[in-house]
Amino acid sequence: MVSPNSPETPGGAAPASARSINDVVIRLAGNSQDGIQSIGGFLARLAGRSDQDVMTYMTIPSTISGGPSIFQVRMGTGDILSAGDRADMLVAFYQHSYEAHIGSLRPGGVLIYDSDHVKPNAEDNRFTNVAVPITTGTVEAVGGTSKDKGKNIYVLGLLARIFDLEVPKLAALIKERFGGKNEDIVRNAMLAFDAGYAWPQNNLRDLFYRFEAVDQHGQAPAPSPRPQVTLDGNTAMAYGLIAGGVRHGAGYPITPWSSIMEILRSELPKYGGMFLQCEDEIAAVSTALGFSYTGQLAITGSAGPGLSLKMEALGWATMAEMPIIVVNVQRGGPSTGMPTNVEQSDLMQAIYGSHGDTPRVVLAPKNVEDCFYIAIEAARIARAYSTPVLILTDQGLSSRIEAFDEPDLPKLMVDPKPDLAERPADFKPYPLDAVTRHAPAGSRVASGKYPVVTGLEHDEMGHPTGSPKLHAQMNAKRREKIKALAATLPAPELTGDSAGEVLLVTWGSNWGPAREALVRIRAAGVKAGHLHVRHVHPLPHGLEQTFARYHKVVVAELNDEGVYGFGQFTMMLRARCAMPHIVSVTKTDGLTFKVSEIVAGVAKHIESTALEATVGTARSSALARG
Amino acid sequence: MSSAPAVATPPAPGAPLTKKVLTADHPTWCPGCGDFAVLASFYRVLEKLNYPHEKIVTFAGIGCSSRFPYFVNTHGGHFIHGRALPFAAGISLGNDDLHVFVFGGDGDGFSIGGNHLVHTARKNVNLTYVIMDNSVYGLTKKQTSPTSPIGFKSKTDPWGAFDQPINPMRTLLNSGATFVARSHATQVNHMTEMMLRAAKHPGFSVVEILSECVEFFEGAFDAAVPRKGGTFTLIEEKKNDGSPEDAARHDPADEVAAFKLAGQAWPGAFGVFYENKARKTKNALEAEVSAKAREKTKGAADLALLQSTFSKLR
Repeated sequence: MVSPNSPETPGGAAPASARSINDVVIRLAGNSQDGIQSIGGFLARLAGRSDQDVMTYMTIPSTISGGPSIFQVRMGTGDILSAGDRADMLVAFYQHSYEAHIGSLRPGGVLIYDSDHVKPNAEDNRFTNVAVPITTGTVEAVGGTSKDKGKNIYVLGLLARIFDLEVPKLAALIKERFGGKNEDIVRNAMLAFDAGYAWPQNNLRDLFYRFEAVDQHGQAPAPSPRPQVTLDGNTAMAYGLIAGGVRHGAGYPITPWSSIMEILRSELPKYGGMFLQCEDEIAAVSTALGFSYTGQLAITGSAGPGLSLKMEALGWATMAEMPIIVVNVQRGGPSTGMPTNVEQSDLMQAIYGSHGDTPRVVLAPKNVEDCFYIAIEAARIARAYSTPVLILTDQGLSSRIEAFDEPDLPKLMVDPKPDLAERPADFKPYPLDAVTRHAPAGSRVASGKYPVVTGLEHDEMGHPTGSPKLHAQMNAKRREKIKALAATLPAPELTGDSAGEVLLVTWGSNWGPAREALVRIRAAGVKAGHLHVRHVHPLPHGLEQTFARYHKVVVAELNDEGVYGFGQFTMMLRARCAMPHIVSVTKTDGLTFKVSEIVAGVAKHIESTALEATVGTARSSALARG
Repeated sequence: MSSAPAVATPPAPGAPLTKKVLTADHPTWCPGCGDFAVLASFYRVLEKLNYPHEKIVTFAGIGCSSRFPYFVNTHGGHFIHGRALPFAAGISLGNDDLHVFVFGGDGDGFSIGGNHLVHTARKNVNLTYVIMDNSVYGLTKKQTSPTSPIGFKSKTDPWGAFDQPINPMRTLLNSGATFVARSHATQVNHMTEMMLRAAKHPGFSVVEILSECVEFFEGAFDAAVPRKGGTFTLIEEKKNDGSPEDAARHDPADEVAAFKLAGQAWPGAFGVFYENKARKTKNALEAEVSAKAREKTKGAADLALLQSTFSKLR
């Protein structure tokens, strides 16, 4: 493969010494202004456009703007479900990057460091250390500017050579990315890329790798029948809402939710709708409910602190039976907590976080692709049951980039047109014997009697009542429709052994690491399954029967074990199933689960020495010379 | 359990709106409450406007006056305390054909909902807001309100209130409301005129109506009731007739003059303090954003739009 812009670039196909690998985890550590995020973006898009190699990525963004930042990329052949526990390769741009992240490198891994900025510990011989003059190499390539912009593209070139990536596709991506700007920028980017690409050929003898065409089980990945798209979870959520027929919304800025509102603010007007930035979280949920009242199902969203502010209005939404979608991009709490870290500690808030009895629906996407589909499902449920639907995504999913099959939009698109047809003379907004279907403002009612939507307990016409009997009946009406929904929910996805020693249970973004953990647990000879729950409230039927087939049910979730020793979802499952063999693996370090953490947690609960033995072993790097 | 009086024969589409058609539940207010007169005036306003029945929306937050929507047979609702304005903004912007009226009290509008008042006003959302100000929390039985005068003895200030009260006219002017008027519940014709003008105003229009709470703040507004020895001073608006006396009249387009009027000693003047028809409404501005976006995409259908977005994500 020849770099397209410079015929003098040495090299052709990967050298004979290139070693085959299945997958690799690369951690790029620098400062946020170095554009290391865009290296990941390019690699992700490349994965989406490659036929053979399936690649998955994850970002861990900075906690301070302009400060240290890392991006971890995992590439490989076959299913890649998590970002990887530890790195096989570390690219360190600065001394602080080296010092903070060398501990994440596997034994035998490769350290690539910018020799202009980093002096590694000479006594540390655990790794293959490669000094690359990233800064001067970039400056020389781009033409002597004192600014070192372009280091990211230089490193991209370097990685392209080391891992034998498809250069024409990368070059096309670079041109697409910078094509809108002036030509000098594209040329400089390609110069930096070529310089990085040329460096290994002249300076490295045997650090060349090639992805195998088959995965670790010897299987060639099935070619995808649909084109791949590459995006992050918040973007997938925003477009899922549009596909689901949501055209109106309101919000207030808060990390990590803001990018959903930014996308919708620009996109919805194209579809004849609008998204408003409100003065606060309460105004945002109120305005969204006002939109819904006109027959246009609306969305609001936030992170945990904002959800707390919206709770009174969500109580109203349950009482008035007004559909609305509320997205909570969970972060570390309580209070301002850890705003750029991940946590799943808003589950109880989502289910119960209002005053009074407020039955409503809570869904949680399992990965970036699912952010798209769950948004469509939320819209369907909100309309069908006239209910608030909360979507619990998280900071990890919000910014993680994944490639997945382009959705079949003609099949999925929902017509958002409000139903303003005249209502019959016997229309009631709150019939005791049927699910509420509001007559939106603007629709005629044949009787000439117009309905009131209200937060007071009410009769079937929406007029206030103090009747104890009606309060009980209306509470039952609001509860029964959620139970009716539960009866329609599909059984959750179960993988692995359908009975045995342990059932691993997850919700939300823990799906990926748990699936990998299951592989390791079963490889250790433990009969185990994994159940992933997307509909976290109401729960689907049949869980007790599934749970009964295992000796232990271990729920892995990213929240605290609480006063009673169980995570929040574990509490729900124990309450729902009344089964004491349901236990928790929890943690609150602000990071996604490592596969090894889940395995260790399971090992502790089932007292499997075989499994425990696998936990302590540090796997050496896929790149180790051996 | 209360219910709306049955309408024997539903009105034909396009039939003029009458008080009979517009009447719903019997008000739950105390006998003698000023709010009865506001409700009676509002029926007259709707009769005069004669909008299509289904396009009228009456909305409210929480408080005695916020029970209003139950007493008017239109589409309507009763939201949470202080947040009726952002909800109503969603109604107005969600369907521009609707005529949205929001009712509330001084606690709802100036205390818990104060921030929403400011922002709905500055955004100039097209709706009409009627604040029935009784200067006391009535539903919760006599606590100090944001407009309670200094010295008012309430259950939370038994020694007499000492916090500076809100000046509603100044607050509204300062917020950027484009129609600001003041009336009195004992002046039915004046109230009707003010609400009519507010309804016809393009943008965010507010009428503050002094409406006495006979139970917890009797006589609060007597200073403006002639039959109780007070003075009801009307704002004389400029006629632009070139006459010498016209120079002394108030120009509602003059914001500085409006602020001066708002600073008058109690009980102040009544009428239109400020009116600005030139500023674009939020509704119009958002519609322009959409029109421009659709022009750029050549009015592509929803499916084609989303497909084109995804093709760029490949």
